Amino acid sequence: MSSEMNGEEIMYEVRFHGRGGQGAVTAANTLADAAFREGKDVQAFPMFGVERRGAPVAAFTRIDEKPIDIKTQIYEPDVVVVLDTSLLDVIDVTDGLKPGGVLILNSAKDPSAFDYSGAEVYTVDATSIAVNNGLGTDTNPIVNTSILGSYSRVVGNVKLESIFEAIEHNVPYKLENNKNAAKEAFEGVKGV
Amino acid sequence: MGEQKAMTIKGNMATAMGAKLCRPNVIPAYPITPSTLFPEKMSEFVADGELDASMINVESEHSAMSACIGASATGARVCTASASQGIALMHEMLFIASGMRLPIVMAVGNRALSAPINIWCDHQDTIASRDSGWLQFYAENNQEGLDLMINAFRIAEDERVLLPAMVGIDAFVLTHTMEGVRVPAQEDVDEFLPPYKPSHGVLDPKEPATFGSFGTPDYYQEFKHAQVEAIEKSEAVIDEVFKEYKERFGREYNKVTTFQCEDADIILLTMGSMTGTAREAVRKLRAKGEKVGLAKLTVYRPFPAPELIKILSGAKGVAVVDRNISPGAYGAVYTDLAGAFANMDERPLLKNFIAGLGGREIFVESFQEIYQKTKDAVTAGEVKEPVEWINMNEDVMR
Repeated sequence: MSSEMNGEEIMYEVRFHGRGGQGAVTAANTLADAAFREGKDVQAFPMFGVERRGAPVAAFTRIDEKPIDIKTQIYEPDVVVVLDTSLLDVIDVTDGLKPGGVLILNSAKDPSAFDYSGAEVYTVDATSIAVNNGLGTDTNPIVNTSILGSYSRVVGNVKLESIFEAIEHNVPYKLENNKNAAKEAFEGVKGV
Repeated sequence: MGEQKAMTIKGNMATAMGAKLCRPNVIPAYPITPSTLFPEKMSEFVADGELDASMINVESEHSAMSACIGASATGARVCTASASQGIALMHEMLFIASGMRLPIVMAVGNRALSAPINIWCDHQDTIASRDSGWLQFYAENNQEGLDLMINAFRIAEDERVLLPAMVGIDAFVLTHTMEGVRVPAQEDVDEFLPPYKPSHGVLDPKEPATFGSFGTPDYYQEFKHAQVEAIEKSEAVIDEVFKEYKERFGREYNKVTTFQCEDADIILLTMGSMTGTAREAVRKLRAKGEKVGLAKLTVYRPFPAPELIKILSGAKGVAVVDRNISPGAYGAVYTDLAGAFANMDERPLLKNFIAGLGGREIFVESFQEIYQKTKDAVTAGEVKEPVEWINMNEDVMR
């Protein structure tokens, strides 16, 4: 974690990248709900407009200790979470990422395999964790809940217990599988 | 008092939950982006047995409002939702609802009008119906969306008012955004809003009567005058109801809510979700020593002229930020405010800014620019450009 994000900057802005149908929006909503359960103020929203299954989508979460007034979309996130690394060749996921910002990638590789200067890169094999926990298939894994465990570990402004609680309220099925996946992704994230 | 449940929900869910707490009897609706989730959720509430109401699926917004009118005339509590082209299509029926004095409440996802086709936020859809005789409320956030729905029913159904009301939440910025919201307990809303029992006659086959019939030149003007008297009476009712809502539920609403206006030389006047961003801009400008304030218009119809004159008279300049435009004239709020100040000797200099049309962002920096331009006009002592457009894409304009 950069020192800037360990207290001086109070508001956190997070951007999730995925493909339509992978659950980026649910990830953003669940993260916001988890932070809200800790008494923080939150916003979560999709990329405004139309969505297509399989097309690149983004979703956003804002978290603050004090009431959030600002109503613009997020252009300079503190944290970027990528659910599907096939997007790395298609879009610049670090677009607008603050200097020293956090990049969490769903990948079995080590962080050193990725060259994003100016960003702190973390990786987690969320796909294997999801599939091993019965969340989707190899070709269509549901990684949105597991990767939130990694977020909790890396960013540290939302507790894993709150993520569990938010999963219970935002994820419609396989609650224990989702919670276990988040726990494994909390423990298994590389680069910490 | 029951406990208010805290949860994160989208704006459409907030207006739907607000409506549900009001126990509507009939919900005719035709889904349209960005307010589709409203009829979807109301259908779910009815299907799950959480709400005892008749959900009427119709073939158009014109039919939706027609069904609202028929149902409300029987004395039922009625709500619906729409946006943009949907409100445009029901335009004819909006006037019939208010002319027949039917307290229908409509949740709106404020969205731009075609052409070109656009699903994003501005206020043109409800501003285009500002003369339809409906009360109009605009929410800054999802909490306000929920609370204003409950207030709208109570105000609309007041015997002194009996007029329909629309509650606007901004497309996507609120409709599709999750925020923390505190939801009042059902028993407390039941106390605040008893069942709708009109003392006047209602549509009833057992006691046949005619409603909304022919109004010849001998009578029509008096009907319209009575309607205007009713919306004027709503001014006091709105204050009463907002006060009681605060006493019961702890959240304060005003027709106009101020922030740092007391000693302000320049005041920004906003409506809807842009207000939050403007407040942030005011904080930043205040930190630099600038004497700037913010006035948020929550009630647009009736237009709160006395309140605005009181708040704004002391300022040197007022920047009216309109998320709408009347082509060939000005933004709607600016026009109304200029009208309110027309006969005042002491009045601030007024400048109109058009911003945020069709989902164009309005940034903190946009409000800083708006402030600076208004300050420059005050310094110069004249307004050279009454209307300025903010955040234009110069590349597209070439």
